[in-house]
Amino acid sequence: MKIFKYLGVAVESIRAHKMRAILTMLGIIIGIAAVLITVGIGSGTAASITDRIESSGTNLLTVSSGNRGSSSSAALTMADAGVILDATRFPTVQLAAPQYTSNATLTNGASAGSYQVMGTTPAYATMHGLDLNAGAFLTAAQVEDNENVVVLGATVATDLFGGQEPLGQSIRVGDALFTVTGVLASTGSSGFGSSDSMVYVPLDVALGRLFNVTRVRGSYTISGIGIQVKTQEDLDPTALQVEQVLRLRHGLGADDENDFSISNQADLLEMASDVSGSLSALLGGIGAVSLVVGGIGIMNIMLVSVTERTREIGLRKALGAHDRDILLQFLVEALVLCTLGGLIGIALSYSVAWGLGLIPGLSSTVVIEPWAVMLALAVSTGSGFVFGLYPALRATQLDPIEALRYE
Amino acid sequence: MNQNTAHSHSEDGASHTSPVILVKELTKTYIMGETEVHALRSVSFSVNAGEYIAIIGASGSGKSTLMNMLGLLDRPTSGSYRIGGVEAAELSKDRMADLRNTQIGFVFQRFNLLARTTALKQVGLPLFYAGVSGRESAKRAAAALARVGLGDRLDHRPEELSGGQQQRVAVARALVNNPGIVLADEPTGALDSHTGSELLALFDELHAQGITLVVVTHDMGVAARAQRIITLRDGEVLEDRANFAGQNEALPAGPLSASIANGAQNGAAAHGSNHAQLAVGAAMPATAATGGNHEDL
Ligand SMILES: Nc1ncnc2c1ncn2[C@@H]1O[C@H](COP(=O)(O)OP(=O)(O)O)[C@@H](O)[C@H]1O
Ligand SMILES: [Mg+2]
Repeated sequence: MKIFKYLGVAVESIRAHKMRAILTMLGIIIGIAAVLITVGIGSGTAASITDRIESSGTNLLTVSSGNRGSSSSAALTMADAGVILDATRFPTVQLAAPQYTSNATLTNGASAGSYQVMGTTPAYATMHGLDLNAGAFLTAAQVEDNENVVVLGATVATDLFGGQEPLGQSIRVGDALFTVTGVLASTGSSGFGSSDSMVYVPLDVALGRLFNVTRVRGSYTISGIGIQVKTQEDLDPTALQVEQVLRLRHGLGADDENDFSISNQADLLEMASDVSGSLSALLGGIGAVSLVVGGIGIMNIMLVSVTERTREIGLRKALGAHDRDILLQFLVEALVLCTLGGLIGIALSYSVAWGLGLIPGLSSTVVIEPWAVMLALAVSTGSGFVFGLYPALRATQLDPIEALRYE
Repeated sequence: MNQNTAHSHSEDGASHTSPVILVKELTKTYIMGETEVHALRSVSFSVNAGEYIAIIGASGSGKSTLMNMLGLLDRPTSGSYRIGGVEAAELSKDRMADLRNTQIGFVFQRFNLLARTTALKQVGLPLFYAGVSGRESAKRAAAALARVGLGDRLDHRPEELSGGQQQRVAVARALVNNPGIVLADEPTGALDSHTGSELLALFDELHAQGITLVVVTHDMGVAARAQRIITLRDGEVLEDRANFAGQNEALPAGPLSASIANGAQNGAAAHGSNHAQLAVGAAMPATAATGGNHEDL
């Protein structure tokens, strides 16, 4: 291969102009790393959202009270939940868990804080696959007997007990004393709705003693009902059936809007992928801007060196170089610089991704996708190539003396 | 390398040596927007193998323009330039590059060395383009540097060398491919008088070895070393005279350098093959005008 003949010349030239080479590569390194990291953050976030939704249980429907545009906002009742729990009317329903959620202050000695308290049944832990770190989730007997027991999310347990063992201890929820009977394993996720920062009490304890919830037609109102159907195919028909039954029970006319809403996991996933798609696009845009900035960096340093390089080309021609010799030399040099810069950029983005993974609070990771690597490499290498070859292409057109005189 | 000299190919009894360089009515006009600059108006002269010629003239008289033409670095606007009997205008770009590489050594006023590159690599450049392998190239480059007295400066970069040393690196680079012709455009222009005269002593040696030398200068002291002085004014030859005070005909013409013999040999071989290398210093019929040039002025 003729190329190898020029590899020596190219390496020689790079070594003789280290600064120029480094600055050129810097453009490529920055471009590649910026694109890979920003796109990686997008992909990582998307993956973690999907992950979270999927890990929260499969084949789930959630019925929530209230709906946009509906005037009566608390129409869902325990009686409604009872109907859905009737296996003869809803044979496709595997599990159903009525829920009531509100805020309360939890106190353990000097430690106190406001947390989301959910009253529910044992089915809730099953359908959401909650793992226990210590003790047990609410049992059927505890729910039946309206016991003052509480299961703490991992974050809540650390907040209130620090390093101490919470199990069997008494804490105050509102004004009432509760015994801690379970502590959930940490899911690592944070923010609104994460089980880490929630506490769970028996359903009727929440509805009566704790929050004294209003009743409609003699039945407690609740915030929602979690439903797990038997197979994925059951999701849509069950949702439709639940909707029809609830409309009937709530006495809604043909023109009335639902006073509840039913969401299914597939909808959530779709929404999440929409969100993360636009997030990726946004971050990709930022990455593209960095790529352009990197490209401009390459262009600048190349333009600055055009005079020097043009004179070099004039001299080489004066000493007997053919146009082909010059072009190949520059081509190989651009190739070497771009490949080297590209590899460094990729290595840099992987180490940044790794470094971010070490930060404990960060729930989402940076996922570097192969297509992003290809894209960044192609664009950066392309720009390095074009700008690297620019002076060579210009100078090969000149007579040697013109190139030597070039200012 | 055979021991032939240019003499042996002179088939015309009228001349002992044949012109290596034959310039006829050469013009070069630069067009600067609306105005035309006539750098060369009509220049004719010839140079025989082994001659040492100085070209003098005021600044702007066209000396560099002429030298660039002779060195095949630039093309004339009109007129004829035959180098070794071959018409330059008919050469392709690549053939011109090959001739610059093997037949002509060019020494620039401003040295024109590659920045941050060792002397050995600088001198090896013409060899690289001649396709000489790395090891052989290093050997020959080192020999060329030794020839100009820089055998102990092989790994020095331009910024680590004095002006005189840099110019000697440039001379070594011009010599490394054993060219028949060495062209130098104000080679002492950027040197002090002491290093300048060292360089001139080196040129005297090259002349003694039979290399054809054309040196542009505006320093009469430099010109005085040559056998013949051509004076340019406003792009025309004002005077072309022998300089008996300088190196003269009595100086032993041989041993001619291998390169001249080489060129002559190529010329002989060119009849039978289309050898890529051009025959510089090849036999070509000496014209009456060639000899006449000397007597005219
Ligand atoms: N590239 C060029 N473009 C335009 N004019 C030029 C160029 N090179 C030389 N000239 C003009 O041609 C004339 C001869 O220049 P030059 O050969 O450099 O003279 P010298 O070397 O004798 O000083 C000058 O008038 C100069 O300005
Ligand atoms: Mg000049």
